[in-house]
Amino acid sequence: MKAVCWMGKKKMEVRRVSDPTILNPRDCIVRVTATAICGSDLHLYNGYIPTLEKGDILGHEFMGEVIETGPEVKKLKVGDRVVVPFTISCGGCIHCARTQWSCCDNTNPNAALLEAVAGHGGAALYGYTGLYGGYAGGQAEYVRVPFADVGPIKIESDLPDDKLLFLSDIFPTGYMAAENCDIVPGRGVVAVWGCGPVGQFAIRSALLLGAAKVIAIDNVPERLRMAEAGGAVAINHDEVDDVQDALRAHTGGRGPDAAIDAVGMEAHGSVYDQVKQTLKLENDRAYALRQAMRAVRKGGVLSIPGVYSGFVDKVPMGAVFAKAVTIKQGQTHMQRYLRPLLKLIEDGKIDPSFVITHRVPLGHAPQAYAMFCDKKDGCIKVVLDPAM
Amino acid sequence: MPSPSPARSTRGKTRPETPAVTSVSARKHVAPSRRVVRGDRGVKVSRSVTVRRPADELYAFWRDLRNLPRIVKHALNIERVSDIASHWSASAPFGDHRVEWDAVIINDEPGKLIAWRSREGAEIPNAGTVRFDPAPGDEGTEVAVTLEYNPPAGKLGAWLAKLSGEEPAQQVAEALRRFKALMEAGEIPTTEGQPSGRAETTKNKRK
Repeated sequence: MKAVCWMGKKKMEVRRVSDPTILNPRDCIVRVTATAICGSDLHLYNGYIPTLEKGDILGHEFMGEVIETGPEVKKLKVGDRVVVPFTISCGGCIHCARTQWSCCDNTNPNAALLEAVAGHGGAALYGYTGLYGGYAGGQAEYVRVPFADVGPIKIESDLPDDKLLFLSDIFPTGYMAAENCDIVPGRGVVAVWGCGPVGQFAIRSALLLGAAKVIAIDNVPERLRMAEAGGAVAINHDEVDDVQDALRAHTGGRGPDAAIDAVGMEAHGSVYDQVKQTLKLENDRAYALRQAMRAVRKGGVLSIPGVYSGFVDKVPMGAVFAKAVTIKQGQTHMQRYLRPLLKLIEDGKIDPSFVITHRVPLGHAPQAYAMFCDKKDGCIKVVLDPAM
Repeated sequence: MPSPSPARSTRGKTRPETPAVTSVSARKHVAPSRRVVRGDRGVKVSRSVTVRRPADELYAFWRDLRNLPRIVKHALNIERVSDIASHWSASAPFGDHRVEWDAVIINDEPGKLIAWRSREGAEIPNAGTVRFDPAPGDEGTEVAVTLEYNPPAGKLGAWLAKLSGEEPAQQVAEALRRFKALMEAGEIPTTEGQPSGRAETTKNKRK
């Protein structure tokens, strides 16, 4: 089959590889009908996440048709149309029982690696380095899906892939980021740093959850326009003297009730961090995070869907403490959101395809990665079609 | 119940080797005097994990020695000799050497504890316990393994083993991780055999 492989920093190749097979009794094999490049794939593309190996198949946003099931798969059947969440959960451990799905104990064969770094290892992810299990990803014609009865959501309606695909990650991720903000309907004001795909879904989710106002912060004009189209007030941080002042102006001096960092470890804007990250003195550039910590109001919430991988410098912990800020973060507990969000799509409350700017054949993935990374041609979200 | 790590209190003390005990009823607990390791040459490993299954079920898995090779990654062969005696062989963590020994269960409390030790004359004298205690709030079972052994060349052997990345502490941790996955998820997660862009050959092909 064809698969999108990481062959080195900023070097993606579409290669012919073996087709996946059932390796464990609860596996199924999915023929991929649509897959996408995620902003977090760019952290891999740019070589910022350790334990990625040349030849690894990327991709954790995908959907398709079940074409084979292992002997212990009870719910899914061959022919089922499914969206697959990007986290892999077993359904049997204490975290799965508590619906902390992304903390699953049992799906990462390399959990010891992550334990050494973080104290404990979380759920495995598709196409996301050895640290997260090293499972082959879904930017391919076929993909092996472990614990098939726990992850994939079966689609009964005939909605097109474009409306469903983002249930695999960015819609639930943006939604959980907004839910973490504890929005008081009609009153809550939420500021979102980063208007990439997750930021866009966080903006719309915050409004669906009743936010009185959502303020979007970025410097890419087409992303800010998309945020405005979704109902946000836009701040272009290149066009204001001071983001903090702009936020105070929008909130009667209080600061936003909640701040969402949808940027993560590769924030632009700080030469200090850029240099330290390049020299490997710091894993993550936390410019947006620091700004969000200072901006959020007293007693507010900082919600972090943006990915961090290691250590950050100069985090204003004093500000977080002085203002009694609550921090909520982590990989998305996908299974909590799949059904409710599918219902929102089916009921027409949201059409997630708004975020798609490019559709290209799977074979054009290398060019699409470069375009997305450089934000060229107005690129916000790329869908890859294996059948094209 | 005895302390979860009975051997700890004896660490560093010199005790005579006691002959292997073959009767379960002879001792109520794993007594510290059962130490197999002389002086400070011994290596002790303690690891624990919480498994969301009842203690009886976990005990039953562990008590059936045929199950253990499923969770130990190292090539391990266990032959049942009697209800409490078994013959073990394993590839040593260094070199091509194979290590063999006879083991005997010296304490067996169903649903609670299993303790074993090697019989006299083992090349690598060893002893261990696995305990099953209910986790707080009835949320599964805390499984604690303690392993004590005498490496072939004392601390040097342990150091060599560590360098080769096969440190017994890691092996025990990994075995417990696999045990937990098997009990909770019904299978041990793996990616062995999946496709990648590293293999130029396309051995499996659909269509």
